Amino acid sequence: MRDIHARLKQRHHLGQFERQRPGLAFFTVPREYLRGLLLDLRDKEGFSHLVLLTAVDWMEEGLFQLTYMLNNRAEDVTFGIRVMLDRDEAEGDSIHDLWPTAETYQRELKEMFGINFPGSPRIDDEFILEGWTDLPPYRRDFDSLAYSQQTYAERPGRVTHDPREHMKQKLYPDGV
Amino acid sequence: MFSFKPDRSQYPAAGEDGKLEIDLETGKYLKLWQGPNHPGITGNMSVELTVCGDEVVKGTTHVGYLHRGFEKLMERRTFIQVFPIVCRVCVPEPDFNEYCYAAAVEDLAGIEVPEYADWMRTLILEMGRFNSYMMFLGGIGGALGLGITGQWMTYLRDIMLDRFEELTGARIYHMFILPGGVRGHLPEGFEGRMEEVLDTAERYLADIDRVMFSNSVFKTRTQGVGYIDPALFEPYGVTGPNARAGGVAKDLRKDSPYLVYDQLDFDVVTHTDSDIWARSNVRRQDVQVSIDLIRQILRKMPKTGPAMAKIPNVLHWKIPRGETYIRGECSRGEYGYYLVSDGSGYPRRINVRGPSYTHAMALLEHMIPGTNISDVAALMVSLHTYPPEIER
Repeated sequence: MRDIHARLKQRHHLGQFERQRPGLAFFTVPREYLRGLLLDLRDKEGFSHLVLLTAVDWMEEGLFQLTYMLNNRAEDVTFGIRVMLDRDEAEGDSIHDLWPTAETYQRELKEMFGINFPGSPRIDDEFILEGWTDLPPYRRDFDSLAYSQQTYAERPGRVTHDPREHMKQKLYPDGV
Repeated sequence: MFSFKPDRSQYPAAGEDGKLEIDLETGKYLKLWQGPNHPGITGNMSVELTVCGDEVVKGTTHVGYLHRGFEKLMERRTFIQVFPIVCRVCVPEPDFNEYCYAAAVEDLAGIEVPEYADWMRTLILEMGRFNSYMMFLGGIGGALGLGITGQWMTYLRDIMLDRFEELTGARIYHMFILPGGVRGHLPEGFEGRMEEVLDTAERYLADIDRVMFSNSVFKTRTQGVGYIDPALFEPYGVTGPNARAGGVAKDLRKDSPYLVYDQLDFDVVTHTDSDIWARSNVRRQDVQVSIDLIRQILRKMPKTGPAMAKIPNVLHWKIPRGETYIRGECSRGEYGYYLVSDGSGYPRRINVRGPSYTHAMALLEHMIPGTNISDVAALMVSLHTYPPEIER
């Protein structure tokens, strides 16, 4: 694992190698070097399986983290490649031409996090949500409780009991 | 051998954005929705078909009917509160969620799980795999008009659920595997009762071989139909039995052994035809592997030992900052959990990687053009997809 990272480090400006356990490591790459790195890993190093592509919202730091998980089956090695994006101008580079299945991940990220991938097929098509106009719901600043309270009416007849008092009343109605 | 090469010159032209330009006004094409409530659909999803005569020229998968925002829910709960939620991501095989989540927490927290718990986890996962395959074998029969197989398989699943109930107290969502280990030990006499279930299963599966796999209608409608070119496996993220049916022996239990799989003796089942028949057959053979594995586990596992590691007070449990990815081979392919902790008492991000995400979306949409309407159900079921994994 470490030798692959060392080989590619200079050419792609890779960040520090963080070994999580045998066979799994994470490192960061600047956005402009991502494509070249993925091509090298896929075509020269045997990382042909795109396991997943997802995002992490580091709202407090004003960043989105894209995580590209790649696996080399023959060597049983998985790399988690991080790309940090400015949260205010969230835009990544589409890799649907490298792995067609990335189209689905990117469409989901656009809908759920508001991260755009220009050029990705059907990027603006609805994936899960229909007619959604609010903040992308998987962003940390989307308050799901407030949304529910504003969108849905309180169900009439619902009573909240204090469990201790309720059970006491139920078991000992005479207060004995 | 049937060649999957539709004459695309007859299809509608594609625009600059790559989308097909379909003018329904011409009367040449018709939109047909298969699902979300349809016997030939796998769970709560739908496929929007554009047909020309009885040939499908385009298929678009629609999901979201079961979206409950699991990943968002998990971010607002403590690590122990997440544990009862994860199993609900996948109804037919919930245990993989429990295992992957628990193992991810343990990996970040540096918890060593007792050996007994590892054996119990493997047992639970194989029992879950058996159940999932029962749903598949019933489903593929149903998609092709063989109603009886669905009833037999439902019965087999049900008697395995009895064993789950005995072991975990629950039939569907077991909540048995939790960070640190498992909730309990084997009940007394469990091995004997499990053996009865496995014997019964083998008798019924022999009938399945005769009734389904020797049935000329089943053969005609599955052999050479729904071919996936093995060259598509990597670009489309195809894993599990769908890849094994095309001759690629991908199986994480062998490729990257976890739990106690390195102490168990089994072979990876493969086929070469990569069609609906091959995918069904691989799963049928894999049921036998699961049955053998359950017997081996019950024979080899320690009879006593701690089921749980010592973990901190879960109400104030903070997991060190970091990220990890845990994966395993479920009945449909690679199942994984990507967990990110920011050092607080709540997960920063949990992402569920279900095999259906790649199989039912990009791959299915790529495969549908050129098929006959009547084959779409069998094609979908043969990919063995569970929609909640897509829209979690």
